[in-house]
Amino acid sequence: MQRIVLERAGGTPVTKRAHLGAVASGNLEVLCEPPAGDGATIVVSTSVDGYEPVWRATLERFLEQHFIAAAIEINDFGATPAMVSLRLEQALELAR
Amino acid sequence: MMAMLALEGRWNTRAAGKAQRLASIAFALTGKVLDGERIVEVLERLIRPGDRVCLEGNNQKQADFLSRNLAAVDPERVHDMHLVLSVLGRPEHVDLFERGIARKVDFSFSGPQSLRLAQLVEDGRVEIGAIHTYLELFGRYFIDLTPNVALVAADAADAAGNLYTGANTEETPAIVEATAFRNGIVIAQVNETTGELPRVDIPGSWVDAVVVADRPYAIEPLFTRDPAEIDDVAILMAMLAIRGVYESHRVRRLNHGIGFDTAAIELILPTFGESLGLRGEICTHWALNPHPTLIPAIESGWVESIHSFGGELGMERYIAARSDVFFTGPDGSLRSNRAFAQMAGLYATDLFIGSTLQLDRDANSSTATRGRIAGFGGAPNMGSDPHGRRHASDAWLALARGDDGIARGRKLVVQLVETFRASGVPTIVERLDAAGMVGKAGFAIAPVMIYGDDVTHVVTEEGVAYLYRAENVDDRRAALAAIAGVTPVGMERRQERTAALRAVGVVAYPQDLGVRRGDARRSLLAASSMADLVRWSDDLYDPPARFRSW
Repeated sequence: MQRIVLERAGGTPVTKRAHLGAVASGNLEVLCEPPAGDGATIVVSTSVDGYEPVWRATLERFLEQHFIAAAIEINDFGATPAMVSLRLEQALELAR
Repeated sequence: MMAMLALEGRWNTRAAGKAQRLASIAFALTGKVLDGERIVEVLERLIRPGDRVCLEGNNQKQADFLSRNLAAVDPERVHDMHLVLSVLGRPEHVDLFERGIARKVDFSFSGPQSLRLAQLVEDGRVEIGAIHTYLELFGRYFIDLTPNVALVAADAADAAGNLYTGANTEETPAIVEATAFRNGIVIAQVNETTGELPRVDIPGSWVDAVVVADRPYAIEPLFTRDPAEIDDVAILMAMLAIRGVYESHRVRRLNHGIGFDTAAIELILPTFGESLGLRGEICTHWALNPHPTLIPAIESGWVESIHSFGGELGMERYIAARSDVFFTGPDGSLRSNRAFAQMAGLYATDLFIGSTLQLDRDANSSTATRGRIAGFGGAPNMGSDPHGRRHASDAWLALARGDDGIARGRKLVVQLVETFRASGVPTIVERLDAAGMVGKAGFAIAPVMIYGDDVTHVVTEEGVAYLYRAENVDDRRAALAAIAGVTPVGMERRQERTAALRAVGVVAYPQDLGVRRGDARRSLLAASSMADLVRWSDDLYDPPARFRSW
């Protein structure tokens, strides 16, 4: 189990709470809610250790594309970066 | 007179040898039917040390009665055999080398045995002649790898040795033709002998003996993909392929490889494709195994014809009831033929699309990874631009190059890959594992599946790289990096460069193609389970037991 945290200041807050994905092998669960403070916080708990650089690159690219403020929690069970990005996009669409 | 006889002896040694060999197994023959109980002794008498033996191992059906018994012969009597076969896939194929019965192999694909094979090569127990594409290997059967003995499989035989191969004719005609017409010996295992065959797939005069197997030949439902396992990412990639490649270039004639990514394309034709008004405009003519996941598109009127490499378990009744679409015999069952379907896929389709385990920055692809010798199937043939093609089509001309009145089109060769195969395993890599295999494990050249210079498009979850439009190697690499995600290759992406390539249509992101990522949902699948496929088929499709959850 590995925990990865990414924070960025500023951004337009999301307005709703969104929860999607599944707790299953190769999948992940994403919870996206309006932030408690200012900026975006992403907290990842992943069952697969050792890929922090890939996670950081994936999450940084997501935050580059979307200037949002949100509290995002990810519970990962070995999802690929493609699945992580897609679930984040889907969650954001529901939470905006 | 004496001189004449000597001359005849010199020019007809193969025929004389064949007569001698057949005489040596007469003890077990009744007409053309061999006594199955004595098959080991028959093989020991028939096969000489150093013989080239073709053991029918297809993608789908396997001459497993003959291979199991071949692996049981006495290595003192039969040894140093040169095995030629397209798929070295069964455990006993590898046993032949462990026991010293065979010494050398020329083949195409070894999927399930790829680890054991690599070990044997390392131990010096097997010599690999070469790893071929299917057509290349079939070609060599007629030039310098003609078998002395062919051991093949069929569904049924009659007393004259005529063979019925049912839905899985596959490679049998190519193997038997090469062997029979060069005085080799052809032995066919059959599930049964009958008085009258439903149809004749191989004439009896090409077959020397038939033997009833202890059980029906082994066969794998290789091309069955359960829609339940298709995820949103595969659906996103399918949407990008349809809009960015099929629709853009009006691709009507094509081949799909094995895999969930192309299955996703098949399953969203009747939904996403229909909403774009593409029925009749794309995907009408196919070189394809009978994929169950194509059933909804067939039922929705998308498909005019399908020619198949092999059969697919469970599709028999459905195919028989859809003879306008499939190639079928007078008995109603599918006629497949791997050699012809490969030829059709090479020369008569405009697009090949498939996946791979690794793709490098120049779009070279390989399924060879360290410690495995997996080989290729048909991808290298279909995934290449045939320079012998002379007929035009819209899709082929869409990629035309050259001027001064001498322009020629180009085959669309598409690699469809997710940027990572698993959480830490990138598909797009700086260097293929295959590049490190030259000179090792019997590889004279790197086992590249599709060479980058043949690849015209790469589709990932990030977008489409139109490599054929790139002006130079730098642009080509930058285009691939632009859709390579967070792989090492993708981390080299530069925003300005990508913007420039998007502006000239060398790179397209989903928004450039009118694809909304949020729409990539399983609800787009025309069938989301095996049960759905059965419903679409009017209950004509019978999935193998392992695919049934109901």
